[in-house]
Amino acid sequence: MKFAVIQFGGSNCDRDAEYVLSEICGVDTDLVWFKSRLDDSYDAVILPGGFSYGDYLRAGAIAARTPVMTDVVRHANKGKLVLGICNGAQILDESGLIPGMFTINAYPKFICRPVHLRVESTDSPFTSLFRKGEVIRIPIAHKEGRYVAPEKVFADLSKDDRVAFRFCTPEGEITPESNPNGSAGNITGVLSEKRNVMAMMPHPERASEEVLGSTDGKKIFLSMIRHIERNEA
Amino acid sequence: MQYQAKITIALKEGMLDPEARAIQHALANLGYKTDALTSAKLFFIRFDAKGKKEAEEMAAKMCERLLANPVIHQYTIEVSE
Repeated sequence: MKFAVIQFGGSNCDRDAEYVLSEICGVDTDLVWFKSRLDDSYDAVILPGGFSYGDYLRAGAIAARTPVMTDVVRHANKGKLVLGICNGAQILDESGLIPGMFTINAYPKFICRPVHLRVESTDSPFTSLFRKGEVIRIPIAHKEGRYVAPEKVFADLSKDDRVAFRFCTPEGEITPESNPNGSAGNITGVLSEKRNVMAMMPHPERASEEVLGSTDGKKIFLSMIRHIERNEA
Repeated sequence: MQYQAKITIALKEGMLDPEARAIQHALANLGYKTDALTSAKLFFIRFDAKGKKEAEEMAAKMCERLLANPVIHQYTIEVSE
């Protein structure tokens, strides 16, 4: 089993993701520079957080048009796993792999703090180790994370159970107060139609060790690993 | 033939523009009462095309493929020689 973490110019959570996958989760993980091509040997691709290309034009817009993303789209179309975290989530929406868009926060400032999330769907390779409705704690760190989409997209997401996470209170209630960035429906984790691509604004790699205050994020990576193991078996 | 495309990318009507709201607030702090304020991005692009129609089509493609995100944006294109 092999994971790839793509490094774009301006990625800055690439090494954190690589560290958690290789050292904490124990899987082979390569850092892949955006100018290299992605070969077929990878089971999963992580698009890490950061500020690729300075967030010029729109967050993720320029990274989404780099050649390596053509390979990532091909990888996704084969049904293999792609997880986009924060800037990676923005790159996924700009690539069209995830519907809707993560845009500037309702109150336009950078927010960096732990938040509570309610696990909405456990029917995915990324969330299968959670319980439905479970409240988890993972940090966010973004200025452009407000999820918006046309009405039709919300209807599809809800019909197909493709919302992975919503911002919530510590008790699991979905309220305006627990929504740090004004995302529609408090949505901050979205699955693709085939459920093999997930975009999320919170940073699971920053919540994968007890010493950092939460290991809830680690379950996302472990869910992916279990999914790949089962597919191999 | 060389053309210049002036491309304006704005938010679709009704889309929240938090930066515009902050700017409006700052104007109010300077004593300017304003009823509305929206912001937009303006691009001036020079390129070769066979004719004005082709130039307009190329500019539209640039908007669709990179400059605008259809989820939140609308755009206008003015092509001149």
